[in-house]
Amino acid sequence: MSQHEISLTVNGAAVTKTVEARTLLVHFIRENLELTGTHIGCDTTSCGACTVVLDGKPVKSCTVFAVQANGATLQTIEGVAPDGKLHPVQEGFWEKHGLQCGYCTPGMIMTAKSLLEKNKKPTEQEIREGISGNICRCTGYNKIVEAIQYAAAKLEEAR
Amino acid sequence: MIPASFDYHAPRTLDEALALLRQNEGAKVLAGGQSLIPAMRFRLAQPEVLVDINGLSQLDYIKEQGGYLALGALTREAALEESPLIRHSYALLLDTAKVVADPLVRQRATVGGNLAHADPANDHPATMLAYGASVVARGPGGERVIGIDQFFTGLFESALAPNEILTEIRIPTPGPGAGGAYLKIERKVGDYAVTGVAVQLTLSGNVCKSIRIGLTNVNPTPMRAVGAEQRLTGQALSDEALEAAGQIAAGECSPSADLRGSEEYKRDLTRVVLKRAVRLAQSRVKGSN
Repeated sequence: MSQHEISLTVNGAAVTKTVEARTLLVHFIRENLELTGTHIGCDTTSCGACTVVLDGKPVKSCTVFAVQANGATLQTIEGVAPDGKLHPVQEGFWEKHGLQCGYCTPGMIMTAKSLLEKNKKPTEQEIREGISGNICRCTGYNKIVEAIQYAAAKLEEAR
Repeated sequence: MIPASFDYHAPRTLDEALALLRQNEGAKVLAGGQSLIPAMRFRLAQPEVLVDINGLSQLDYIKEQGGYLALGALTREAALEESPLIRHSYALLLDTAKVVADPLVRQRATVGGNLAHADPANDHPATMLAYGASVVARGPGGERVIGIDQFFTGLFESALAPNEILTEIRIPTPGPGAGGAYLKIERKVGDYAVTGVAVQLTLSGNVCKSIRIGLTNVNPTPMRAVGAEQRLTGQALSDEALEAAGQIAAGECSPSADLRGSEEYKRDLTRVVLKRAVRLAQSRVKGSN
């Protein structure tokens, strides 16, 4: 079993830690960094509750080893509103009631944020496809889609 | 769920990666990890050594050269979806990339890994069989090219030796009159196929000059529907010919009953999806309308 020292940027701050090779990124985030906004939903690469943005890409952090994040830039839900002002995607979930129990929300927001960075004016279909790796068991997705549409409009206004 | 312990290496060069495989019997190559890491979490796989090739950016490319499309083994599924070249000229490949797992998994999942894993439920095996692709493997003795028809040797088994790394996939550039399509029936996004049919054909007028058909998840190994191909080759693509080919494919595959359906259901679905996939491929032949 190998131990590795890894250095990465987490929500803008430099972090250096020692991890066992088998430590999953999601466990590293929750247990070593104590950032518990990233959730574990299924443990089977199905649900997307653990979605984080790794080097600019939304990924399921249960399906990456922490040691693979050495040298990377990582953003978790805690890094989305660093100055306390909600990101337009977060605001959209608030305004449009894009959550009920809230368990999937951090992952949904990380995916939605990445989607809107790539596609500034997504159609409803593109939003639905874009979040198809994130499972929500409460909302039936309609309110989540509306929240992302709200965020897209808000971001467009700001440009 | 936590994987069993292992030693981890992140080589910087292909030669270094090959040396690590040579020195560590039972080592596994870690590419996108979207099949291997779940298998390790369930402890279905417990490799003692992982050789992480994600740092080998020289294996990440999409380019046309010498009559074929060359895909570096580390090409991510999401990169295929976004590539203007793939979107323009490789409809079958684009169809496939869009239905592999889900959009988050596709950010990391690689084409090379999808093939090297040799899972008959994966999508690229059928597609590469339909394209008549070949794969390039590097090992201690140098490089060799393996035809896709010789690549899948069993359930989760391929012609790759334990000390070899798949480095490139080569897809013949489609010529005039060519069209392709991949249709997958899945219960929900992210699930494996109930059945999937990959078709690549070449038409001359309404006559099918050549056709290759690959099937997903209806056989213990990825397979070509050779009988169906023979039925359609040299024929006009009439409804009767398609129905006959669909029935032949339904007979020559060998699905297992599971939560996705009975054997009979999967065979019949294969018949129907084959007909649709051929029609879609036909409609995509340039100038066919």
